[in-house]
Amino acid sequence: MTRWGMAIDLDRCTGCEACVVACAAENNIQTVGEEQAREGRAMHWLRIERYYEGEFPNVRTRFMPVLCQHCGAAPCEPVCPVYATYHNPEGLNAMVYSRCIGTRFCANNCPYTVRVFNWFDAEFPAPLESQLNPDVSVRPGGVMEKCTFCVQRIQAGKDEAAQAEREVADGDVKTACQQSCPTKAIAFGDLDDPDSEVSRWAESPRSFSLLGDLDTRPGVVYLSGSEWREPPE
Amino acid sequence: MTDRPQTSAKALDGELLGRLDRRRPGLLLGSLASGALVLVFFYCWGYQIANGIGVTGINRPVFWGFYIINFVFWIGISHAGTLISAILRVTNAEWRRPVTRSAEAITLFALAIGGLFPLIHLGRVTIFYYMVPYPNSRMLWPNFRSPLVWDIAAITTYIIGSALYLFLPLIPDAAVMRDRAAAGLKKRFYAILALGWRGTAQQWHSLEWGIRILAVAIIPVAVSVHTIVSWDFAMTRTPGWKSTIFGPYFVVGAIFSGIAVLMIAMALLRRGLSLERFLTDRVFNNLGLLFVTMSLVWGYFTFAEHLTVWYSGDLPEKMVHHVLLHGDFALPFWTMVVVNLVIPVAVLSFPRGRRPLPTALVGCGVLVGMWLERFLIVVPALSTPRLAYNVGDYLPSWVEVGIMIGAVGVFACLYFTFTQLLPIVSVWEMREGWRHAAGGAAGGHVETAGAAPPSAAASPAPGGGAA
Repeated sequence: MTRWGMAIDLDRCTGCEACVVACAAENNIQTVGEEQAREGRAMHWLRIERYYEGEFPNVRTRFMPVLCQHCGAAPCEPVCPVYATYHNPEGLNAMVYSRCIGTRFCANNCPYTVRVFNWFDAEFPAPLESQLNPDVSVRPGGVMEKCTFCVQRIQAGKDEAAQAEREVADGDVKTACQQSCPTKAIAFGDLDDPDSEVSRWAESPRSFSLLGDLDTRPGVVYLSGSEWREPPE
Repeated sequence: MTDRPQTSAKALDGELLGRLDRRRPGLLLGSLASGALVLVFFYCWGYQIANGIGVTGINRPVFWGFYIINFVFWIGISHAGTLISAILRVTNAEWRRPVTRSAEAITLFALAIGGLFPLIHLGRVTIFYYMVPYPNSRMLWPNFRSPLVWDIAAITTYIIGSALYLFLPLIPDAAVMRDRAAAGLKKRFYAILALGWRGTAQQWHSLEWGIRILAVAIIPVAVSVHTIVSWDFAMTRTPGWKSTIFGPYFVVGAIFSGIAVLMIAMALLRRGLSLERFLTDRVFNNLGLLFVTMSLVWGYFTFAEHLTVWYSGDLPEKMVHHVLLHGDFALPFWTMVVVNLVIPVAVLSFPRGRRPLPTALVGCGVLVGMWLERFLIVVPALSTPRLAYNVGDYLPSWVEVGIMIGAVGVFACLYFTFTQLLPIVSVWEMREGWRHAAGGAAGGHVETAGAAPPSAAASPAPGGGAA
C-alpha cells in the first residue's frame, strides 16, 4: 500500500514563497483580501514561518514551510463530530467538504495550526474565475480546509499509470509546491517504498519531525543540518 | 418555615396565587424590555446566517470565541436549578420549598439558550443535524469519538430531564390555577398543564415517587453534562486545555454560577412579588452559606489547576500560563479571582452579608467572574499555539456582542413570562412544609402520611371539583 509523504529540506529553502503561490493557484484557495488577512484569516494551506536568530545586526532568518503534516495519529480526526476529516488508506488526512458543518474543533486540536477556515463564501472576481483548477472543488463558506497533498494530482497520476498498465512510479506524482520550488527543497512520494526519493530523504541523519515529541507521526519529514530541531520560542 | 405554622392552606393559596392575579407593572416592563433584546438576538443571528460566520471576530488561531464561552456559561447557569433543587430535595432540606421552582425554571431556560450557542457557532448551521445520531443514506453515523457528539447526547438528556423535573411538581399548582381561572382560554391552558389532576391519594403517590426518582436521576445527569462540556476542551492536546481536573472544575464552577443566578433571581422575586414571607432571611442565609462554600471550592480548584501547570514547567503550557497570569490576560484573570473568591468570602462569611441585597450583588460579581473564567479558558489557550509564529488575537464583533446580550434578553423574557403565567413558588410544597411544621409540633406523625402529602388529606384538594 502506498503511504504518501513529503520531505522538506530546510537547508535548501530560501523562503521565496513560490510554493505558497503555486499551492493557492493549484487548489483554488480563496484570496481573502488585505483587511481579512489582517484579522488573521489568510487561507494559505502552506505557509513559510520565519524565525529570527541573533541580535541586530547579526540576524539570521530561518524559514520553515509548514503545511498539514498528514499525521498518522492525527489529533484533528477523532474530534470531528461528522467525519468530515478522516484518514484514508493511503495515509492522507482527507477532508470531505460536503460533510463539514464548521465546528472548527479540528483546527483547535491541530498542534501545527495548519487548518484554515472559509469565513465567507469564496469570491473569484473576473477574470480570476477562469483560472480556477477544474479538478478541485471551490469550497463554500463555513467549511474547513487544508493541504490535501494535491490529492487531485495523486488521482491523475494513478489514472495515467492505470492507463499505461503499470504501477505508479516514484516521481509520477508531483505536488504543486514541489514542482514550483526553485531549489528543489521538497520531495514527495511513497514513504513505504524504501527506494523512493522521499524515503531516502527521510532516512537522512538530518531528518526530524515537527513537534516530534507529540508523537502525531507526521507524514511530513523535515531535514536540517543545524542544531535547530525545534522552533524557537 | 416555623414562623407561621398556623397559616391555613387556603390562606396560603390565596396569598401566593393572589400575587399572580394582580398585574405587576414592573414585570410587564421587564417583559417588554427583554422582548426587545429577543429581537436583537434574532436579528444578529439572522444577519450572521445571511452573511457568513465571518461577521464574527474569530480567526486563525482563535477559532472559538464568544459563542463557545457563552455556551459554557449558560450550561453552567443551568446547574442552578436542577442540581441544587435536586440535592436539597434528596437531602430533605425544608428550606428548599420556596426555592425549587424558580431554580428549576432557571435551569430549563438557561439550558435552552446554552444549547443554542453551539448551533450559532457552526459555520454551516443549516446542516447542524449531521451531528444528530442517525445514519445518513450511506449508513454513515456521526463520529462517536467526538466530544461534540457526547455533548449533544448529554445536553438533550438534560433538557428533557429538567423539563420533566420542572413540570412534575408543577402539576398540582396548575390544577389550582385551572380551578381558579374563569372558563376560557386561560382555563384551557392550565387544564392542559394539569393533566387532569384531581388530587387523589393515588395521584399524590405517583407524583411523589416521580419527583423522588427524577431528583435522584437528575444529579448524575447534571454532573455528566458539565463534565462533558469540559471534555470539549480537556480531550484535546491544546496547551491550557489538556487537564484531568477540568471535569470536576467545570462542575464546581457551574454550580457556583448557578447559585449566583439563583441568588439574584430570588432577591428580585422577593422584592418584585413581595414574597418576603416565603423567601425568608433564613433561606438567604442558608443559600449564602452554600454560595461561599462553592466559592472556596472553586478557588481551590483554580489554585490546583494553575499550580500544577506552573510547577511542571512544560513549555507550551507555560506560555499559556504566562499570558494568563502576567501577560495580555492578567487583568481579566485577577478580576476573576477578586469577584469569584475574595469578595464572596469577604462578604458572605458574615451573617450580615448573607442577606438578599448583598448576596444578590455578590451573585452579580460571580456571574461576571464565571463568564471571565470561561473566556480565560477559551481564548488564551487558542491565541498561544505551539508554533509561536501563529500567535493570534481576538476581538469580538458587534454581532457576537449582540447575540450575547440578546441571549440574556431571551432568558429574561422566558423567565418573566413563566413568572406571570405560573406560581414561581411551589404552592403545594409550601403548604406541605407548613403542615410538616405544624405536624412536627403536634407530635411528629408526618412521616406516616408518606403515601399522600397531608395537603391531599386535609386541605380542599386542588381540582376536587369538575374542571
